[in-house]
Amino acid sequence: MNPLQKLAASALCAIFVLMVLATFLLPTPYARQFRDIPNADPSTAHPLGTDALGRDSLSRLLYGTRVSLLLAPAAALLSTMIAALLGSIAGLLGGWFERIVLAATDLSLALPWLFLLLVVRATLPLDVPPFVSVVIAFLMMGLLGWQAPIRVICAAARGVRDSDYLLLARSSGCRPARLLLGHVAPNLRPLFYVQFFISIPLFILTEANLSILGLGVMEPMPSWGNLVRGFEDFSTLAASPWRLVPLILLVIVVMCFQLVLPSQEVTQ
Amino acid sequence: MIRRVWFVLALNLAFCWPALVSAQAPGQSGGELHFCLRAEPKTFNPLLVEEDASETIRYLTGGVLIRLNRQTQALEPGLAVSWKVSEEGRKISFRLRSGLHFSDGTPFTSEDVAYTMKALMDPQLHSPTGDSFRSGDGQVVVQTPSSDSVVVTFPAPVAGLERLFDQVAVLSAHSPKKETAVLGPFYVADYSPGSYILLRRNANYWKKDKEGKSLPYLDSVRLDFQRNRDIELLRFRRGEIHLINTLDADYFDRLQKETPAAVHDAGPGLDSEFLWFNQVSSAPLPENKKTWFRTTEFRKAISMAINRADLSRIVFGGHAHPAFGPVSPANHFWFNSSLPIPQYDSAGALRLLAQAGFRLQGGTLRDSSGNRVEFTVITNSGNKSREQMVAMIQQDLSQIGIKANLVTLDFPSLIERITRTYDYEACLLGLVNTDLDPNSQMNVWLSSAENHQWNPKQSKPATAWEAELDRLMQAQSSATTEKKRKSDFDKVQQIVADQQPFIYLVNKDAMSAISPVIRGSSPSVLDPHAFWNADVLRLGPDPALGAQK
Repeated sequence: MNPLQKLAASALCAIFVLMVLATFLLPTPYARQFRDIPNADPSTAHPLGTDALGRDSLSRLLYGTRVSLLLAPAAALLSTMIAALLGSIAGLLGGWFERIVLAATDLSLALPWLFLLLVVRATLPLDVPPFVSVVIAFLMMGLLGWQAPIRVICAAARGVRDSDYLLLARSSGCRPARLLLGHVAPNLRPLFYVQFFISIPLFILTEANLSILGLGVMEPMPSWGNLVRGFEDFSTLAASPWRLVPLILLVIVVMCFQLVLPSQEVTQ
Repeated sequence: MIRRVWFVLALNLAFCWPALVSAQAPGQSGGELHFCLRAEPKTFNPLLVEEDASETIRYLTGGVLIRLNRQTQALEPGLAVSWKVSEEGRKISFRLRSGLHFSDGTPFTSEDVAYTMKALMDPQLHSPTGDSFRSGDGQVVVQTPSSDSVVVTFPAPVAGLERLFDQVAVLSAHSPKKETAVLGPFYVADYSPGSYILLRRNANYWKKDKEGKSLPYLDSVRLDFQRNRDIELLRFRRGEIHLINTLDADYFDRLQKETPAAVHDAGPGLDSEFLWFNQVSSAPLPENKKTWFRTTEFRKAISMAINRADLSRIVFGGHAHPAFGPVSPANHFWFNSSLPIPQYDSAGALRLLAQAGFRLQGGTLRDSSGNRVEFTVITNSGNKSREQMVAMIQQDLSQIGIKANLVTLDFPSLIERITRTYDYEACLLGLVNTDLDPNSQMNVWLSSAENHQWNPKQSKPATAWEAELDRLMQAQSSATTEKKRKSDFDKVQQIVADQQPFIYLVNKDAMSAISPVIRGSSPSVLDPHAFWNADVLRLGPDPALGAQK
C-alpha cells in the first residue's frame, strides 16, 4: 500500500468512525431548529453554521453521512451483484442466453422508470416510517440500477470466453459453475469494483432526485442527497463557502474508495 | 402641371407636418417593454381564458366595459361611461363611449357588446368567464336601445355583477379579424410559437392621459416564453427584460442585495397557504384518526400550536404574514377585520386537547383510547417553501407531543389522493386567489362543492356549521346590497375561524421586480402586480446609470 492509499484508507476510516459515533458526537439533534439564527455563519456552537431553518449543519452532515454511506454502497452492491451474475453468465455462455439477457437489458433501459417509481410510491402507504421509506428507496435503486453495468460486464466476460486458460479449464473437465466462479469472476473482479464505486455517487445523487417523488429521504431526516440539493441556490455559496462541505465530503469519499480498493486488486 | 401639383403638395406637407406628427403619436415616448411569460397562452380568444399566460394577453389587449383598479380596488369606467345595476342584480344597463374604434379600425357600438355577451353565454362555447355569470335557468337577454347603450338582463340575480365585467373583453361583431381586433392598449402583432409574442400599441385605444395625450406610451410589449425562473432572473439582472411580475421570497432577497430599487413588496397578497385534515367519512383511514380530524378542538389545537410568525419570518424571509382566515387583509372590502389574530399558544393547545380527551404522557400525546397521535402531511414535491413549512410544523407539533410526518408527492398523485381516493390524512397546499368577490369561493364553501376539500361533494351537510356555511354563502350570493353580502360573508369567515376546516397559515406578499428604467410603475397586491397600469408605463433613463435606455 503506497502512502496515498494509506492516506485514503485513513480518511475512510475516520469518516466511518465519525459516522458510527455520530449519535454521540452530534452537537445537537439534527432536526432541532434554532429559529433565531437561520442561515447562521460558523460559530463555536455551530461549527458549520445553520441551515435555512436554523438546524445545525454539522449534525445534519454527520447524520446524513450515516444514512448515505450505509445505504448507497448497499444499493451499489446489490446492483453490481445482479449485473455481475447475469453479465458473467451471459458473456460466458453466449448464444441464446446472452441474447435474451441483452434484450432484457435493452428493454429495461427503454422503460420509463420514473412512472414505475411513481406507481410504487402510489401503492405504498403514506404512513411508512421515514427510515423504511429510505430503505425502500435504496432497495429500488439497487434493483433497478443493474442495466448499465451488465453490458460492460457481459462484454468483458465475452472477451475471456475464448481465452487459453478457459480452454484449458474446459478441457480439464471444469463445469460451467466452476468456470464462472473460479476463472471468469476473479478475472472480472476489478471491473466489478469499478462498477460498484461508480454506482455509489450515482445512487447518492439519485436519492436526492427520488425525494422529489416522495420516495427518498424525507424531512427532517438528512442525507447527502438532500444536503447537496441545497446547492440549488448557487448564488449564496460564494458568500458562505462552508456550505460546500457536504459536497467536498462526497468527493473525498468517492475518491478514497477508488484509490484504496481497486489498487489492492491490481497488486494481488 | 405635374410639377406644380408636387410643389403644392410639398408646401402643404411642410406646413402641416408638425400638426400631423402631434396627431399621430402625441406624447408617445416609445420603447418596447420586455418581460417573460412562464407558459405559452393556450388561447387568444378572451372568452376562453383560464390560465395565467392567456389572462396576461387578455389584460393587455382586451377592452372591458368596467375596469377594476388594481390599486384602489374600485371599479372604474372603461368602455362604458356609466352603468346601473337594477332589479336586484338581474339587470345592468351600460352607457358606452362613442366614437371608439377597434385596433383594425372597425367602429365600436352596442352591437359589439351584445355580440360578446351572446358568445360569452353560449353553452356550446364553455367559456370559463361566462360561467361566473350563470345565475339560473333561462336565457340572458341583451338589448341595444341605441348604438351607445346596452341593457343585459339575467334570469336570476348575479351577485357582484358589475365587478364580473372586468374579465369580459369586448369582441367585434363585424371585424373580419374577430378576436384579434381589440379595444385594449395593445394588439397581438406577432406570435412565434415556443418563442415570443409581440404586442404593438393600439393607435385606436380610447384612453388619454391628463394632458390629453393618447395612451399607451409604449410602442410595443414583447413577451418571451420562459419556464425557468432562474433564467428569467438572470435575464432581468442582465437588463434583457424589464420586469418579473411574481417573485418568490428567496429570489426577492437575492435581487434586493444587488438592486434594492428594482424589487417591490406590495404587502400581503391574496394568495394563502393552508393545511387541512381529511374528514371524508369513506376515507380509508383508521377510525380513531377520522375521529381526531372531525373534532373541532383537535383542529383548533393544531392551529394554535403552529407558530405562524416563525413560518412567515423563516420560510418566507419576512415576505409573508400570518393568515387570519379565508380572506386576506389585502382584500380591503371583504376581509373581516373582527377576526381574532391567530396566536401561537402551545399551552392553550394542550388545554383544548385535554378538553377533547387527549392526554400528554411522557412527551407523547395520546387519545382517550391510548393511541399515539401521529399523522402524515402530504404536499406537492419540488416546492421548497412547503417542505420547509411542514418541517417547522413538525417541530411545533412535537412541543405538544404530536408526531407529524411529511410525504411529498408529484402533483397528479396528490390530486388523485385529495379528490378521488381520499387516501391521505392531512394536506398542505396553497390557494392562488385572483378574484376579490366571495362568489368565486362558492366552489370551496358549499358542502356539495368539489373543492370543499376537507369533505367534498356531500349530498347533505355533514355538520351543522357546514349547513350554516351553505346557507350564508347562498344568502350572500342572492343578497341585493353589498352591506348584506358583506355581513353574510363576515359570518362565513367567523365560522371558518371557529371551526378551522382549513388551518390558514400565511398570506404571501405580492412581490415583483421592476427595472428602474420603467417610469410610472406602481406595484399592486392584485394581479397583474407589475403591469396592471401598462398603458401609462414608459421607458425612461435609468437613474442609477444616468443613461437613456
